Amino acid sequence: MAPDTTGVEIGALGVALSLILVVIALLISWRQELRLGGPIVVAVGRSLVQLILVGLALELIIDPTRPLALSWFWVGFIVLFAAWTVRQRAADVPNAFGLALAANAAAAVVTLGVIFGLGIFPLEAQFLVPTAGMMVGNAMKYTVVAGQRIVAELREKRAEVEARLALGQTWRAAARPYIRSAIRTAITPQVETTRAVGLVFLPGAMTGLILAGVDPIDAVLVQAAVMYLILGAVATTSAVVAIGLARRLFSPDHRLLV
Amino acid sequence: MADLFAFDDVHVVGSDGSDILRGVTATIRAEGITCVLGPSGAGKSTLLRLCNRLDVPTTGSIRFRGEQLADADPLRLRRSVGMVFQRPTPFEGSVADNLEVASPGADRATMVSALGRAELDASFLDRDARRLSGGEAQRVCLARTLITAPEALLMDEPTSALDPASRTGLEGLARLLAGDGMPIVWVTHDLAQARRLAERVLVMVDGRVAVAGTFDDVEASPDRAVRDYLAGDRDGP
Repeated sequence: MAPDTTGVEIGALGVALSLILVVIALLISWRQELRLGGPIVVAVGRSLVQLILVGLALELIIDPTRPLALSWFWVGFIVLFAAWTVRQRAADVPNAFGLALAANAAAAVVTLGVIFGLGIFPLEAQFLVPTAGMMVGNAMKYTVVAGQRIVAELREKRAEVEARLALGQTWRAAARPYIRSAIRTAITPQVETTRAVGLVFLPGAMTGLILAGVDPIDAVLVQAAVMYLILGAVATTSAVVAIGLARRLFSPDHRLLV
Repeated sequence: MADLFAFDDVHVVGSDGSDILRGVTATIRAEGITCVLGPSGAGKSTLLRLCNRLDVPTTGSIRFRGEQLADADPLRLRRSVGMVFQRPTPFEGSVADNLEVASPGADRATMVSALGRAELDASFLDRDARRLSGGEAQRVCLARTLITAPEALLMDEPTSALDPASRTGLEGLARLLAGDGMPIVWVTHDLAQARRLAERVLVMVDGRVAVAGTFDDVEASPDRAVRDYLAGDRDGP
């Protein structure tokens, strides 16, 4: 069900007025001596510049007269950028870039394949670009969690893992309980979010659609599909990262290397 | 009879570049209990871990019953050379679950037999492996190793986390197993324990085997480091 495109425009004045809320944050920082004034100003300025740049880029890409290949190029770019971000955030995870790239690519194939392959959303730039953005954006943080968790699990449980190896288990069998635990840790928050959606909070896509004037029922249906997309993406990336990373933490002759 | 293990100029360099083993050349007989003795940090545990390839030498070679360890299938080797660690490492689940990890598909009779060799009765099978006492848990770990039908046992200071009664029990068990033809390599820093258990000892000091042989050989060793170690042990901590 395609969302209605009629909606509100808040314009530059609206954005300028919303900065009053930033001023409130700055006042709180000043009164409470939080020393967050500088970081808040930088964050707000940066977000504005980034969003305007992205908006301009999206205007170019989502234009229906342009080829869809441009949108796919954009999807490829955000997958690469997400992998780079994961590497920056998870410096202690070996070869985080390659793993995050593989994980995000796998999640993209699985989730976009279902969403567009089954015609849940029409394969048009207007749907492809934001869907891929949400999928990668959400999966990215869980990629970091899964990566850090599997390294920590194998380090903390080193004695147990080696006891399993000493019984003649392969690295894969010896690591299985710890891979399972790492994936569970990574996925659980998203399961909780999915369970609480609508009751505790209204998620971004739905809020945005309603603000833009779309019928709430239509907005809810779009949001449901997006939530399931994110859940599928988080599960896929967590599994790829945990299994892929575990493989690198063992030698080919089944020795634990961390 | 071929030696159980033969080390030829084995060096191990740690990931931080430190020398953990500095040219170990020694043999371990395929009978009885051999104790690897020495102060903390001498490289005893590393030597033991090399024996079932949880670690590998940086240079040098190791033979197990004449076969190069580097050429052996590590999974098969580890089932031939069982290992019991310093601290008990019970896995999640019941004792039966633990035995199942070591021997998938093992029937109850096989499990009871393995427990029996560790002097535990069948009632342990359904107990939570993580709620056992230290001594019981270490025996379960021994039973878990024995169920893989190893031809030799490596024991890495297996009594250091146990109370005196459990320690005595485990030492008695080791003597029984050795008496039944299971060669055992037992790492300890406790000279008195080595005297109780071993016919032969390897004394390691600072990453090398300073002396190997009977206790008479050790006592007679002119090696300064060995004499210092023996003197320190006699004086007590």
